[in-house]
Amino acid sequence: MALEAEDQIELREGVDRETIETVQAMAGKYKHGWETEIETEYAPKGLNEGIVRLISEKNGEPQWMLDWRLAAFKRWQQMEEPRWAMLNYPEIDYQDQYYYAKPKSMAVKPKSLDEVDPKLLATYAKLGIPLKEQMLLAGVEGSDEPRKVAVDAVFDSVSVGTTFKEELKKAGVIFCSISEAVREHPELVQKYLGSVVPQSDNFFATLNSAVFSDGSFVYVPEGTRCPMELSTYFRINAENTGQFERTLIIAEKGAYVSYLEGCTAPKRDTHQLHAAVVEIVILDDAEVKYSTVQNWYPGDEEGRGGIYNFVTKRADCRGARSKVMWTQVETGSAITWKYPSCILRGDDSQGEFYSIAIANNAQQADTGTKMVHLGKNTKSRIVSKGISAGRAQNTYRGLVSMHPKATNSRNYTQCDSLLIGDKCGAHTVPYIEVKNNSSRVEHEATTSKVDDDQLFYCRSRGMDEEEAVALVVNGFCKEVLQALPMEFAMEAQSLVAISLEGSVG
Amino acid sequence: MLEIKNLHVKLEEDDKVILKGVNLTVEAGKVHAIMGPNGSGKSTLSYVLSGRDGYEVTDGSASLDGAELLEMEPEERAAAGLFLAFQYPVEIPGVGNMTFLRTAVNAQRKSRGEEEMSAGEFLKVVREKAKSLKIDAEMMKRPVNVGFSGGEKKRNEILQMAMLEPKMCILDETDSGLDVDAMKLVAEGVNALRSEGRGFLVITHYQRLLDHIKPDVVHIMADGRIVKTGGPELALEVENNGYAGILSEVL
Repeated sequence: MALEAEDQIELREGVDRETIETVQAMAGKYKHGWETEIETEYAPKGLNEGIVRLISEKNGEPQWMLDWRLAAFKRWQQMEEPRWAMLNYPEIDYQDQYYYAKPKSMAVKPKSLDEVDPKLLATYAKLGIPLKEQMLLAGVEGSDEPRKVAVDAVFDSVSVGTTFKEELKKAGVIFCSISEAVREHPELVQKYLGSVVPQSDNFFATLNSAVFSDGSFVYVPEGTRCPMELSTYFRINAENTGQFERTLIIAEKGAYVSYLEGCTAPKRDTHQLHAAVVEIVILDDAEVKYSTVQNWYPGDEEGRGGIYNFVTKRADCRGARSKVMWTQVETGSAITWKYPSCILRGDDSQGEFYSIAIANNAQQADTGTKMVHLGKNTKSRIVSKGISAGRAQNTYRGLVSMHPKATNSRNYTQCDSLLIGDKCGAHTVPYIEVKNNSSRVEHEATTSKVDDDQLFYCRSRGMDEEEAVALVVNGFCKEVLQALPMEFAMEAQSLVAISLEGSVG
Repeated sequence: MLEIKNLHVKLEEDDKVILKGVNLTVEAGKVHAIMGPNGSGKSTLSYVLSGRDGYEVTDGSASLDGAELLEMEPEERAAAGLFLAFQYPVEIPGVGNMTFLRTAVNAQRKSRGEEEMSAGEFLKVVREKAKSLKIDAEMMKRPVNVGFSGGEKKRNEILQMAMLEPKMCILDETDSGLDVDAMKLVAEGVNALRSEGRGFLVITHYQRLLDHIKPDVVHIMADGRIVKTGGPELALEVENNGYAGILSEVL
């Protein structure tokens, strides 16, 4: 027995070693900055009621959906962009961009992936995203038990295709683009859309409610364990175009699903807006894991270009004993404004948030979570690792709220910041509200530097400086990296190293 | 093997001169000890040789088997066969000891153009060497030096030395913070590595470590220079009379 335990340690060490080798092998900076040359159809520039109607029409939506959008648009016009975050950026001209862009070859939605424009297929192949069902995510091939991962591929404003739909259907799982769900499963969409993130929630969520073009829809029926991982890969390609995706995940009683999300964009000199909404509904005894590797174009060293990423993500643990786990690796975007949250409504429900946020060069990130404890005996755990380098500013902002009825609830928060160099900043802004006497909240925070002693120690053993930094930073992030599914853990580790390139020396 | 000539070093920060002309030659297969009072420049010598930032060499040279050390990056010196066992080994949270060691071994091999060690081969070798230093599997799994006792840290340094198989080993006050048993264990580890092709420079305050690691040559360092060189008996003289006697004699 002792031998077996030892072998497991070796396996783990072997994996670590491989990931470091992968990190080493990946040279060059932002890897996904290339553009797909493809004819694109745009809606006219700017935003008005006509554009909202046009998006709805393009998606072939029923009247109720259009009405919902129009109500959101009306509300949005009265709202002001929030400016409380520790983010510094020029005013965004909402009229100076496109709200809908779609490859012309997608004018008629392909019936199967075989009919999809080869240029689009080539784009995903180059990104390492398998759109053929016999292919598997890069990095998993060759492992003993290859796992299937279903993919919904979103390109600018439209979903290009979704894999493994039939196999999932057999299990009763619905996985399709949200535009398709609006048409095919209106009863589910109508029941749940906006029930977690209401139209009025915040400026960016309201904007998204008016103009969202596509995104993913997941429905896992009662008692069903989704037979494979689900994922959505978002690619912004068109210039001057915002991407507004909407994702809705519903886990019925006793259901389980693990969902992964990835995103990249070409290098552009101008900023591009990305305002997404993700809603997750979790009923009794159900569990959802949601993992993100956010790798939008971060802008250049001087802060030119890059994505403005304003995202509202929220999970509603509506049922008793329901569970949600958010894991995010945020390495991209010029601006990140994102607080994946857990509403712990059901008694004994649990929320977890694991985050790595890296800001290098001129990047700015203001990110964290909200744990809202409403039910009895609810538990939450927050592990946040912020890394700042260059001239970047990185803020953790988090709310832990224990309502009067949330008796005997617990939260544990660990918030660590790592600084590389002396021109960057790390900030921690925790909000804690406890309105009953039986709950417990713990908050631990540390700030440290990748210190010269650590780097010298590694180098005196033969590692070069970049290898040393990658090793130290991956060590700092380890707890969060371990929370990721294997498919993403490898990519995330190498991203950590690439994002920090040029941060020392 | 290691040849230090007229080495002058000052601190970058405040121009304070620390080494004032050190001359020292360590031959392959020999163990040299450097003893001296606090502030004599012993640790600075070890840091300058291994390439730590913060020092400026104003004169002199240091070479390992003819290769000029002072112009190399720290990792190049390591690959060239220089190893420093730290007085205060550094903690690296989250990085498994095994991962660290294998990364180091293969980084050196790679830079020398040698084939990297496979996972299987590495494990076999590391287990064997860890066992003789009483380092168990649990300790290999823990993050580098985090929560290690003083003895564990020093044993871990010796394990790194054993795995990296350097030509020239510098031990910077490896005995500090060790009880007698731990010191014996560390000394045994070092003695097992003594060989014809390998040189040692053992830096220490006290003679007691030299009871266990028998030196061929003993140097006394004071005020940035080597002021006296002799055989093992010189260490005993320090033990019996302190530094004051020797220093008043030479200065």
